[in-house]
Amino acid sequence: MTHNLNQDNAHPTGVQQDKPEFVSGASRRDFLSAAGALVVSVASGSLPVEAFAQTAANAAPSPSVAIGTTLATISAVKPALKAEELDSWVAIQADGHVVAYYGKVDLGQSLDVAIAQIVADELDVSYRKVKIVMGNSATSLNQGGASSALGIQAGAKPLRNAAAEARRILLNLASEKLNVPVANLSVFDGVISVKGNEAQKVSYAELIGGKYFNSKVVWNKQIGNQLDVKGAAKLKTPSEYKVVGLSLPRNDVAWKVFGTEGNIADVKVPGMLHARVIRTPVAGGLADKVDESSIKHIKGARVVREKNFLAVVAAREWDAVKAAKELKVTWVAQSKPFPEFEKLHEHIRQAPTLKRSEDIKNGDVAAALKSAVKVVEAEYLWPFQSHASMGPASAVADVKAGQITIWTGSQKPHYARDGVAALLKVPVETVEAIWVQGPGSYGRNDAGDAVLDAAMISKLIGQPVRVQGMRHDGTAWDPKAPASVHRARAAIDASGKVVGYDFTTRAFSRATIDSNESDPRDSLVGMELGLPPKGGITFGTPEESYAFDNKMLAWEVIPDLIASASPMRTSHMRDPVGLQIQFASEQFIDELAYATGEDPVAFRVKYAKASRDIAVLKAAAEKSGWEPRGNAKRDRRGPLLSGRGIAYAQRAGTIVAVVAEIEVDRKTGRIWGRKFTVAHDCGLIVNPQGLRYTIEGGLVQALSRTLFEEVQFAPDKVKSVDWNSYPILEIKDAPEEIDIVLINRPEAPPTGAGEATCRVVPAAVANAFFDATGVRMRQAPLNPTRVKSVLTSI
Amino acid sequence: MALTPFQVDGKPVQIDSDPQMPLLYALRDDLKLNNPKFGCGLAQCGACTVHIDGQTVRSCVMPVSAVKGKKVTTLAGLGTPEKPHPIQVAFLEEQVPQCGHCINGWVMTSAAFLKKNPKASDAEIKTALEGLKCRCGTHVSILRAIKRAQTLMA
Repeated sequence: MTHNLNQDNAHPTGVQQDKPEFVSGASRRDFLSAAGALVVSVASGSLPVEAFAQTAANAAPSPSVAIGTTLATISAVKPALKAEELDSWVAIQADGHVVAYYGKVDLGQSLDVAIAQIVADELDVSYRKVKIVMGNSATSLNQGGASSALGIQAGAKPLRNAAAEARRILLNLASEKLNVPVANLSVFDGVISVKGNEAQKVSYAELIGGKYFNSKVVWNKQIGNQLDVKGAAKLKTPSEYKVVGLSLPRNDVAWKVFGTEGNIADVKVPGMLHARVIRTPVAGGLADKVDESSIKHIKGARVVREKNFLAVVAAREWDAVKAAKELKVTWVAQSKPFPEFEKLHEHIRQAPTLKRSEDIKNGDVAAALKSAVKVVEAEYLWPFQSHASMGPASAVADVKAGQITIWTGSQKPHYARDGVAALLKVPVETVEAIWVQGPGSYGRNDAGDAVLDAAMISKLIGQPVRVQGMRHDGTAWDPKAPASVHRARAAIDASGKVVGYDFTTRAFSRATIDSNESDPRDSLVGMELGLPPKGGITFGTPEESYAFDNKMLAWEVIPDLIASASPMRTSHMRDPVGLQIQFASEQFIDELAYATGEDPVAFRVKYAKASRDIAVLKAAAEKSGWEPRGNAKRDRRGPLLSGRGIAYAQRAGTIVAVVAEIEVDRKTGRIWGRKFTVAHDCGLIVNPQGLRYTIEGGLVQALSRTLFEEVQFAPDKVKSVDWNSYPILEIKDAPEEIDIVLINRPEAPPTGAGEATCRVVPAAVANAFFDATGVRMRQAPLNPTRVKSVLTSI
Repeated sequence: MALTPFQVDGKPVQIDSDPQMPLLYALRDDLKLNNPKFGCGLAQCGACTVHIDGQTVRSCVMPVSAVKGKKVTTLAGLGTPEKPHPIQVAFLEEQVPQCGHCINGWVMTSAAFLKKNPKASDAEIKTALEGLKCRCGTHVSILRAIKRAQTLMA
């Protein structure tokens, strides 16, 4: 039976869709050519089919799964929220709608749509019937929240398995009801009918609508990203998908464009007071004297203080803002813990090594360097960067005895719940986290601190509280992406072959506070109350498939700057450490190409080992109309210099290559990333249009970080406090064109798309800068001041 | 404290407050409107933008006393799902917002600009929108949407 899904695509507002992709049942390879994109040869056969066969095998029947669910075991009472309960994942409503409970969150990039597409296919219902409920701790399990671009890669797994299991049980129930063997039944849009006698039928709603399966699935005993469940059902193969692969529009655009619903900043609860947290203006400062009389002229304003945690509250928001500004506090600081801004990278070079890790160590790099005919060496520098979310974080907390509710924009609401419970020393079951989308969230930004701040203030005053930061709270006090120094060396033999490769990063840890707020030691309020910081020590290495004979990829982490609530503490920011590392490694690869007299694309294709990597590199080069670059002299006399550069990387299974075409204004030092060509392979594509928007946004955000973003600081404070002191990309800097080639591999499980593109943008731009100017920019950001200073030399 | 009467989206309102309180707090805290957002409080990002007598104003730095007797239009007054402004239609069709916190600023600023400059060039559009911030990197789709709106309004 064919199901024409075009009805599912109809969008009342006529959203522009990729029509060719809607052809149900058409090979997904077709849409590349149909959409006018490059046709990339897809490795068929071994890898593809195996990949999914593997997934199906993992879902094979397990003895502990209840196969005997019958009409009699259906329950009107919903079982408690537990991973091993099928009802925790999917529910059939009385009207036939399907609700799927997703323990991650969507932040405006179609994840909820993609999950609904996957559930619709496994359950054999139309997309329109699927509703995704996400992020609330009372209705969904802790799947790790938004994390590492795993929304589909990991997040869809239990939902897909649960949906397939629900379908299997529904078929059994229909078999019982109709007295027909399952083998003689078929499903179309939630209606099960007898093959050859389709009048004999029963719908999902008639079987179980509004009631519960009361059936178990097998839980792998993990929480967070790794949480998975399996049932006895066999999963569908990609060739059976009807909804997966379609470009369906998002659900959250209309309310944002019309302002008909609010985000976390708009949450208000009865009896709520407004609070502002007051943090030390100097790093490591302690509040010595707090002059409460300094705000007594502000109606209803008062000070809330516990140890070194200080806040003001007032009934009206403006009064809280004024009180925070006018409260007189004497701060005492013991030291100036930060290096001079100009000496940051020297500090990183000289600081003691807390830990060294040699993640890849093939052959003998030292020997290769010793016997090399030529050694190429370079060092690259990356600054601290701020999330600087669009609005400073806010949160609402209502702490009552035995019942605590928090409203949070944290992208990991379940972990926020755990953190609040630990901070207030109450059982986790007494805390409910309600997730409300925030003003952007691309990692551990200031939202995780805001929610714990709100909970502590609400506890101290016994009233519901809304906390919001001012701009300086957001930019100066959010966790930072770490600054780093990357040293690369390569040995080249007499034939021009790269025979030794050493890439070592020295940096602050990628997360001196954890990437979630489940432990109060990782929060500002926790540290202000005297908890010692937990401290994480890790970084990372380039992700690529270059096969150099002798190869070392290593990292070294240096100590954090202060062991207390620090505005320079580090944590995850979109594609954690990916931009830093690949800015260096992919620029160094370019340098090697030029050093050996090869074209940068040809050099990469020559040394990259993985076939999917090579396909992506070739796709980006071909689509961009790449012309081989070399060492020939170029005329660089004009006021506008233009150039092209390529960079590529893997990220947790996804492969991306970007060609940047830039213009450099010699007079102003401005770099304009005029056009980008992206080739992107993340396995099976669930929602092509959502994927495109995700890639575009990630690319532009990474371009902003490449060209402009750098946290300014003095030895005792962060000086980046607003958009003037932490400039980001303006619309005049936006690319004129982003050309995206999506390489769909239905045979490969879907991997992440939220972060992979980000990591190749910096090097693609820097390599284009070299092509344009003949000068290497080994320090980010490539801002006008830095560009002008290097261009004086040519 | 002082009483400030003015209009919001066609309805008369009266705010009793510190006359120096920015208009944004009157809209968000007193009138419970969601549309203008607090982004910076420094007129550096545009998330709080409203129209006052047809002009774009950053409500986070405009004292409420300065709007006495004026007509304030917010995003909700610009258009509704039932009767959308062409800019809103275009932003919807292009699926522009990601987190959406900045979108008020882009919609309100481009609506006021296109009203006076319906045939603006790309360069003129970019100049008019300078200073608005978007942290999700949706700039390319914002430009697509404004071009689309120009067609819709032609």
